Amino acid sequence: MKSFISQLNKSFESRIRLGIMSVLMVNESIDFLSLKAMLDASDGNIASHVAALEKAEYLSVEKKFVGKKTSTIYRITILGRTAFNQHLNALEQLLKR
Amino acid sequence: MDEKEKDYLQDLTEIRSMMEKSSRFISLSGLAGVFAGIFALAGSISAYYIIKNFYIDIWFENDIIQLSKDLVLHLFLVAIAVLLLSLFFGYYFTTKKAKKLGHKTWNKTSQLMLINLAIPLFAGGIFCVSLFLHGQLGLIAPTSLIFYGLALVNGSKFTLNDIKYLGYCEMIVGLIATFFIGWGLWFWAFGFGILHIVYGISMYYKYEHKQ
Repeated sequence: MKSFISQLNKSFESRIRLGIMSVLMVNESIDFLSLKAMLDASDGNIASHVAALEKAEYLSVEKKFVGKKTSTIYRITILGRTAFNQHLNALEQLLKR
Repeated sequence: MDEKEKDYLQDLTEIRSMMEKSSRFISLSGLAGVFAGIFALAGSISAYYIIKNFYIDIWFENDIIQLSKDLVLHLFLVAIAVLLLSLFFGYYFTTKKAKKLGHKTWNKTSQLMLINLAIPLFAGGIFCVSLFLHGQLGLIAPTSLIFYGLALVNGSKFTLNDIKYLGYCEMIVGLIATFFIGWGLWFWAFGFGILHIVYGISMYYKYEHKQ
């Protein structure tokens, strides 16, 4: 059991981060507002978790101009996909035990 | 199960629901299908009588051109009424279900679903207009069924998967109908009426009744 716990990724400990990664796993890309609507969290809350995931290089951030407004678009990286899959497997193994 | 394990289980449940919620529009209500089916049946019945009266009128009057124009206009109005009523009630039941589930009606997934439904429908609509202009009236009902089926199969990727099977059924009914020209209205009533009602009820019991 210990070994599986050590495979759980600390970067995914918060609910919001799990949510962000789950959304990115099944969507090619997502903009900030849609992400906010799905997770039902505040701007600052999402921004800080996104920043942490970006720092870990699990997602990429792209800023686009739509007319005069900026729109921020997130994409999962290969590293992020692998890390999240490992985390999911570890969770499953822990429950199977 | 200890506290930690409960947490892991909750994590997994949350992940699964978030993946589903963010990639599929699951608030589509079965009742929307039931009502669309009822309106389609009502529309088919009124179309049946409109056509019947047309043949009776032709018997007594000579102005066939005027009568034909009236026929087309009346059938068109019935079709528009069926479409608008179905859309209205579809929207009503879907927003109601979304509210119950705590989801938004207008979001990325509902937009994707609508766009993917609309593309084959638009192509089919134009094709039907062209069939009408070429006088191929008998093919209009089967064509609308086939394209509607294609639209459902296409849109099903972004909503409840069950819609896909309804799409297959509509396509099969449409394809069979192409071999029975002249029975279009009956196939249309079956495809848009009966199938919608049956599917709507089964979807309602599968997803909404228990909750």
